[in-house]
Amino acid sequence: MIERGTSTAQVDPPAGAPAKPVTPPRAAPAKRKGGFLGSSNGRKAVMAVTGAALVLFLVGHMAGNLKAFFGADSFNDYAAFLRTMGEPMLPHRVALTIVEVGLAVAIVLHMWAAITLARRASRARPVKYAAKRKSQAGGYAVHTMRYGGVIILLFVVYHLLDLTFGTVNPAGWDGTPYERLVQGFAPERWWVTAFYAVAVVMVGLHLRHGLWSAFQTLGLASGRSYRPLKAVAATISAVLVLGFLAVPVAVMIGVIK
Amino acid sequence: MNLTLKVWRQKGPQDKGRMVTYRVEDVSPDMSFLEMLDVLNERLILEGDDPIAFDHDCREGICGMCGMVINGVAHGEQVATTTCQLHMRHFEDDAVITIEPWRAAPFPVVKDLVVDRSAFDRIIQAGGFISVPAGSAPDAHSVPVKKVDADAAFDAATCIGCGACVAACPNGSASLFTAAKITHLSLLPQGQPERDSRARAMVEQMDAEGFGGCTNTGECTAVCPKGIPLDTIAQMNRDYLRASK
Repeated sequence: MIERGTSTAQVDPPAGAPAKPVTPPRAAPAKRKGGFLGSSNGRKAVMAVTGAALVLFLVGHMAGNLKAFFGADSFNDYAAFLRTMGEPMLPHRVALTIVEVGLAVAIVLHMWAAITLARRASRARPVKYAAKRKSQAGGYAVHTMRYGGVIILLFVVYHLLDLTFGTVNPAGWDGTPYERLVQGFAPERWWVTAFYAVAVVMVGLHLRHGLWSAFQTLGLASGRSYRPLKAVAATISAVLVLGFLAVPVAVMIGVIK
Repeated sequence: MNLTLKVWRQKGPQDKGRMVTYRVEDVSPDMSFLEMLDVLNERLILEGDDPIAFDHDCREGICGMCGMVINGVAHGEQVATTTCQLHMRHFEDDAVITIEPWRAAPFPVVKDLVVDRSAFDRIIQAGGFISVPAGSAPDAHSVPVKKVDADAAFDAATCIGCGACVAACPNGSASLFTAAKITHLSLLPQGQPERDSRARAMVEQMDAEGFGGCTNTGECTAVCPKGIPLDTIAQMNRDYLRASK
């Protein structure tokens, strides 16, 4: 222990009390697992790597969606290709299943890291400030990460029920992917498109902060690279948002039918 | 100038504490923030009241003792300034100023605005040092250091350990402090032998103290009186990953 000077060691000793250094009770630190995955840095690395995998998936997903502009056959053929890719080396749908399992694992790990770190953060500040804390760093996206992540999760659940399983889609499970797309975003179902738009914008904000943060967390950023990294993060986020919104909006206004 | 202060008063570690409003009159705009509190404290003492406890030492912005959250901002809104170097001319007449201690579980309040920052000492003890055989001072240029590295290490070394980064961080994270200390040593040749064990031990201690994790909000570096840059945290992450291989 570093001894503090006698002038600061004693603070407000109660009258008549034996002289004894006042040590404020430290909130018993939560028992934390040691090792890489127990540390906050390790969990952040897990968040960064799984996030990067999900971003790569989003880029492919967005590009594939744009096939809808080239007609029903192009879109349906692409959907069929996703199931046959890897053939004949791999049996039918094996490559796709591997991707799906990988994505599910990435999402679960990403959420595990996010939830456990958020709980640590809230334990680290049990007493809140009375004055409204003013953000000095600027940046809106960073403040949407946690609740935005929850919205994105709810969206992913709905999205799978809608266009993958067809449960909440008018074309249903038996419809072709193109039919599910066109009927799902029909003009009278504008509220579906609106929900998708909100969620996709949330994804954009999430990536606006998350993309460059992944580089920072993995130690790949440095003083000079922040400006280009943030510019690239903003560009990729904007391209993804526009690319993802293009198809449902085109269906809603009748460009794709 | 006349001011209304809303100050956090807490008799001791066990007290619940509350905000108390004080009126301070005839404050000179040339006073520092701490001098303004001194004026209030003198009056409180004359009135038989308990003066407001706050940490301070050098009052020239280099020791890292002072620090309070002023109107929701650690060290106040003046950029790259410690509380002792913050002057009253930056406030408007008749302003209402809220003054609170650093808020973080690992920084328990000792009294009023004084918090116990020994968690920082324990992070340093975990690995914020180099082990060298003692003896006469080595020749100045016996170990060459690149100019860019020397500058970056010095920038990191200007951390005065005041704790504003923790106070400002929405996660109560000590990443900027720990990262500054790790970066300072890991950029210099003398820091290399213990580079891996240092990164691991200091990050583990930071977690064990109960600080939160970094979410790259940049609030810490924005309030840091020494302007410690955010890329020190990237350096800490890099060293920690390197050490965990």
